[in-house]
This record gives sequence, structure tokens and C-alpha cells, in this order.
Amino acid sequence: MGKKCVAMLLAGGQGSRLGVLTKNMAKPAVPFGGKYRIIDFPLSNCSNSGIDVVGVLTQYQPLELNSYIGNGMPWDLDRLTGGAYVLPPYQKGKSGTWYKGTANAIYQNLAFIEQYDPKYVLVLSGDHIYKMDYSDMIAVHEKKQADCTIAVYSVPWNEASRFGIMNTDENGNIVEFEEKPAEPKSNNASMGIYVFNWKDLRQYLIEDEANLESSNDFGKNIIPRMLSEGKHMVAYNFEGYWKDVGTIESLWEANMDLLQTPPAFNLYDSSWRIYSRNPVLPPHYIAGGAEVSGSMVTEGCMVAGKVEHSILFSGAQVEEGAVVENSVVMNGAVICKGARIRRAIVSENAVVGPDSVVGGNGRIAVVGPETKLPEYSVVKPGEQVDTEVLAKRLAKAEEEAK
Amino acid sequence: MKDVFGLIYTNDESDVRLRDLTRSRSIAAMPIGGRYRVIDMLLSNMVHSGITNVGLITQRNYHALMDHLESGKAWDLNRKRDGLFILPPYVTRGNTGSYTGLLDAIRANLSYVRRASQRYALITDSSTVFNITYDDMLRQHLETGADITILYNVPAESELAADAERTHLKLDEEGRVVDIEVSPHLNTYPAVSMDVYIMDKALLTYLVEVSAAHYHSDFVRDVLIQQMKNLKIYGYRYDGYVKRIESVEAYRQLNMDLLDESIRTPLLYKPNPVYTKVKDEVPARYEAGAKVTNTLVADGCIIEGTVENSILFRGVRVGKGAVVKDCILMQGVEVQDGAQLSYVISDKDAFIKRDRRIVGQESYPIVIEKNAVI
Repeated sequence: MGKKCVAMLLAGGQGSRLGVLTKNMAKPAVPFGGKYRIIDFPLSNCSNSGIDVVGVLTQYQPLELNSYIGNGMPWDLDRLTGGAYVLPPYQKGKSGTWYKGTANAIYQNLAFIEQYDPKYVLVLSGDHIYKMDYSDMIAVHEKKQADCTIAVYSVPWNEASRFGIMNTDENGNIVEFEEKPAEPKSNNASMGIYVFNWKDLRQYLIEDEANLESSNDFGKNIIPRMLSEGKHMVAYNFEGYWKDVGTIESLWEANMDLLQTPPAFNLYDSSWRIYSRNPVLPPHYIAGGAEVSGSMVTEGCMVAGKVEHSILFSGAQVEEGAVVENSVVMNGAVICKGARIRRAIVSENAVVGPDSVVGGNGRIAVVGPETKLPEYSVVKPGEQVDTEVLAKRLAKAEEEAK
Repeated sequence: MKDVFGLIYTNDESDVRLRDLTRSRSIAAMPIGGRYRVIDMLLSNMVHSGITNVGLITQRNYHALMDHLESGKAWDLNRKRDGLFILPPYVTRGNTGSYTGLLDAIRANLSYVRRASQRYALITDSSTVFNITYDDMLRQHLETGADITILYNVPAESELAADAERTHLKLDEEGRVVDIEVSPHLNTYPAVSMDVYIMDKALLTYLVEVSAAHYHSDFVRDVLIQQMKNLKIYGYRYDGYVKRIESVEAYRQLNMDLLDESIRTPLLYKPNPVYTKVKDEVPARYEAGAKVTNTLVADGCIIEGTVENSILFRGVRVGKGAVVKDCILMQGVEVQDGAQLSYVISDKDAFIKRDRRIVGQESYPIVIEKNAVI
């Protein structure tokens, strides 16, 4: 059965700049905003935009993502025809390969798209926090009869040289694409969201694959080639909140953005709900003597200490006498009695031992997933401690004790 | 428990002791603990026991239940084989659309009972809250060779409300029921039925048909008491937390008990989590200046004021300078700036305007009806 549009969500990125957070999971699986993961945003956007076929391309540490996406039920993407599909790389005859680049990842799944014979293919990345109605972007693509429409976002001029910049004419047509230009001519950064006509894209991908010199990437190969052939490329201006959470600092910042009054990024819009796989947990409990202000707290949390301007994820616990300030405490993490956390990210199921000090005034400190810090531990600003670092630390301390 | 099917009877009579809380819903649909409804506990108990075929007998006002249960997905009861069957009333020659008692209700739904492929029936009422798996009760039922096994507990003296309708059981040393009293003047027998029964499907069908032929409809009066000598009726004792929602005070007590970790954890999530419909609410938000202590808060709440000793359901808003003490505020209640509430139970979506003061007492909390504007 034909579908109007199939979305392909590139979720294979490692997100190496997220350090210990992405050691054991892909970047799109990183928790965000109390009960979400990064991938919930593009998936919910698809669902809310009426796009009901979403291929999720995974590669790096896919276990967490695979089990999280499952059959797509939380996003209403468990459908008779279509729905959410996890598409890992696979063996083909003698030539099985990893996804070499973004274009190659789609190329390897041409057969998946073919099943639905769509008019359009929407290419998304699983790295950003934003709410966007893709159906509006597709409508613009249709109206302008474009060959390719690329969503762009006005970034601050001083940051423009970090992005792929789209230079447009007065009609919003893209005339030039510059990857990380030293002297940007515009501040229209590509958001990595593309709408293609399926028939054309298919041809481009096949030809790109045949070109052995190509690095099989949309930004480096496909888009420049289409431009050089004079295709009708349209920039779709996106206004609203958009954040790349590719670094520890930006991930922390994006979380803090939710705490502003009114929030810089509004999740409280019932017409554009962000869906997530919900753990089965009771409402959270704030004990007598606890202090919570300027914060977000979700199901299963227990707070007996002080929480200020912070986000507590599902099942996080803050014990009596513990102080959490300007921090992100992820799923199931425990902040023990007397511990002090400031400007820090404490990852899933980590334990900050009694009277420990994590972070301070400076760069963001990180406690890695499942890391159990013993009492009186210190994690300095900007430091990242995971199970490995901790084991080394403990071994060193033992040696010194001898 | 593969050989057991569940049958839940939701009584629809609006109970005066529950005041406005059951005016538009059955007790089964009553919201509890911040994000649950009573039916969630009953279904989760069955699901955690491995029961995959559940019939839910509903009466007149079953819209709230249908809306909540959908296909049974949240309880893992949307199955190809068996699953959740909602059995609404229907009018025929023999049915009037509302039931005179459990026997009458099962009679009207005998076709479901007959179709069930499991041998044993587990029948529950829907006004008692507890967290159990029935495996051990079934094991005892089989070992004793009982015809009927009744789940019971021994409530504390303080739990025995004078005007509650309860079934007291006298058991001999082997656990066999030798006498039954309904709402006795003096509580001679400490064991009180939890209105959960296990019996063979064939026996159930037989009892229902014989009773119908005699115009009998009450299971306790017309079957258990009448047939005590002929049938082997055993009791199975449950020692965990039990709350019978028979009055506003009991309802309030149940919710307040959940502030106690030693009750909340076993009743709501460990080892057997209570499943409920997911609403994808945003985490709760505490603005600067919020003061919250000893309170259970569900997702979607936005709090700017003071909240103490309370239960806030999903999406409750407490404005600046507002003070909420010892309250139960159901989904979507909005308390505007400066309003003061104590000992209030507010039903869904009520709206308390700026600077209003509503003060109830512990012995007589004020109940605000659904959608009220004050």
C-alpha cells in the first residue's frame, strides 16, 4: 500500500562528545527532561505530524535503543501497515557492511522504503531537541515543487561557523551550501532535516553508492551534487526551540532551559505531546522536611533533601540532608545522605555516596551510568567519573594506603 | 494460574456514604493514589497471578471504566487468545439492565462464563483495595478440595465501621467456614470476607442457574449461608494491607496511608507494580517559592504554593500563595493564587478561585464535586 511520506531517522550516531554518557548507548537514547530520551522528540514529531512509517537506523550500541523503541507503541507507531521499524545494518550476500555514512544508511534500506512506494522521504536525525510539524514542511515542499527541502534554523552569527550553512536567494531557494565556513555569509544552519522526492532520491543514492570516492553523506555528497546540478532546493525556515545536545554542556543547558519560567521549551502543550515509554511507577513522594523549588520531578522519585533548580528523572532519590542544585539526576540515581551536587549530571542508576561532593562552580561534572561512588567521594567540576575511572581511583587509593 | 479466569463485578449503586464521589461512577472507577483507579489494582492482581482471561461486569454508568480500560493494553490484556472482556448490561426478556446482585450479574453473563476455557473462576467484587497474587490461594483451594474458597483478612478493631456491610466468617481449625454473619450487631467473628472467591466453573454455573430458578440474587445470603452445610467452604487468609472503600472517611484514609512508605511500596509497586493507563504527562513542575512536604505528586502538576500532607493527582495546579493541607485533589483540579484548602477531597477538574477558603475537618472532609467552580 502506498504512503505519502516515509520518515528515515538516523539514530546510529555515537555522540562521542557526550563522554561517559554514550559509552554504552547511542546518543539518541540519552535521557532528557525527566522522563524522555532524545529520540522521543523526532518520534513524537512524526506521530503528531501524521507520519506513520518511521525507519529508525541504528548502528552504535543499539541494545538500549532497540528495546526502547520496541514496536513503537508509546508513540502510537504500532500500525498494521507501517509503524516504527528498527533497521540495523545487515549481511547481504557476501558484502555486508556497516552504515558508511548517512546516505549509505538510507541506501542500504532502499528495499524498506520501496515497500511503501512513498511520494516523499523525510530524513531526520536523532540528535536534537525540538518540536516541529513535518507535515507543514512537506506542504511547503509540495507547494514550491521543490526537488529537496532543507529545514534551516537561524543560529547566532558567532556560532554560524560551527554549522553547515545554507545561503539562499530572496525567494528562499538555496544557492550555496557551505560546511562549517570560516566566514559565513548567512546564519541559516541546516538542521539535518530533508524532504526528498522518493524517485529522485533513489536515483541519487544508487549513483552515489557507485561513486567509490564519495563518503556517502548527505551533507558532503548528495546535497552539494544536487546543488551543482541546479536542482530546486528550498530552505524551510524553522522558528522555535531547537537544540543540539551533542556535548555535556549543551545537554545540561537544554535540561536547564526547561526550568525557566515560562520554559524556553514548552512541553506542556497537549496538542503536541511528547510521548515516551513510561516506566510503571507511582507518583513521586516529597517527604516532610524536604525542599523542592524551581525544579521538575517525575514518577517514582523520592525526595527528602533539598532540590533547587534541577531535574529529577524517573525513580531518582534524594536522601535527607542531600543538596542538589542546578543539576540533572537521571533515572534511578540515588543521592545519599549529606551529599552535595552542583552543576552536575548524575547518570542512570548511579549512586552518589553519603557526604560526597560532585561538581561546583565551573564546568559540568558527570557521574557515569551505574557508577557507585563511595562515601566522601569528590568529583571536581568538569570531571567525568564512570565505573572504569572509579575502579582506577579505588585501586590507586588502595596502593597509596599500603 | 493458567486454568483460572477472572470475573470482576462492578457495583454501580451510588453509596450515600461516599457522597458525591460515586455519583457519576462506580467504586471500581474511583481515582486513588495520585494516578490509579480501584480497577487497576483488581486487574493488576489478576495479571500478576498469570490470569489472562478477565471478564468485567459493568452496569449503568460504565463510560468512565470503558474510557480508562480501552483494549486492556495497559494491563497486557489485549490478547489474541482471551484478554479483557468488558461485559456491559443489555436488556432482554430476562434482564432489566441493572443487576440485583452478584448472582444476577453472573446469570446475565453466563455465556461468557461458559465460553471461558479455564476450569476455575476467580470472582471479585470491586470495592476493596489490596495487592496480592492469587497463586497461593488457588494452591490451598486445590489442596483442601474446597468447593469455594473465600479470601479474608482480620481487620484491626479501628477498621470496623459500625454501619459497614460486611461478611464475617467463623472458621474451624482447618480453615473451613462454619458460620457466616452479615453486618452483625456485635463483631463476634474477627475474620471478614474480602469478597473474592475461587470455585469450579461447573459449580458456579450450577449455583447461578439454581439460584435464578428460585429468584435468588445475593451470593452471600442465598448461596454461602444457605449452602454452608452442603458445600465445603474454606477461608484463605490475607495479611497484607487491605482497605474497603465504603465511606468518604475510608477513601480518605486509603489515600493518606499511601504517604507512608511502608504501605505505599507494597501496595503500589514492589514486588508487583500496579498497572494503569498511561497519559504521557510532563514531569511535575515546582516553581521558585513552592513549599511541598509529605505529599504524593503525580506528573503534570504545576506547584507555586504550599502543599502539605496531601495527594495531588495528574495535572493539578496550585497557584502562588495558595495553601493546600491534608487534601486529596483529583486530576486537573486548579487552585488559584491565595486560595486555602484544608481537609478537602476535590473531584476532577474543579476550579477553586483566587483567595477562597475551604476548610473541612479530619472527621468530616469537604467533598467538592466534579467540574465545580468555587
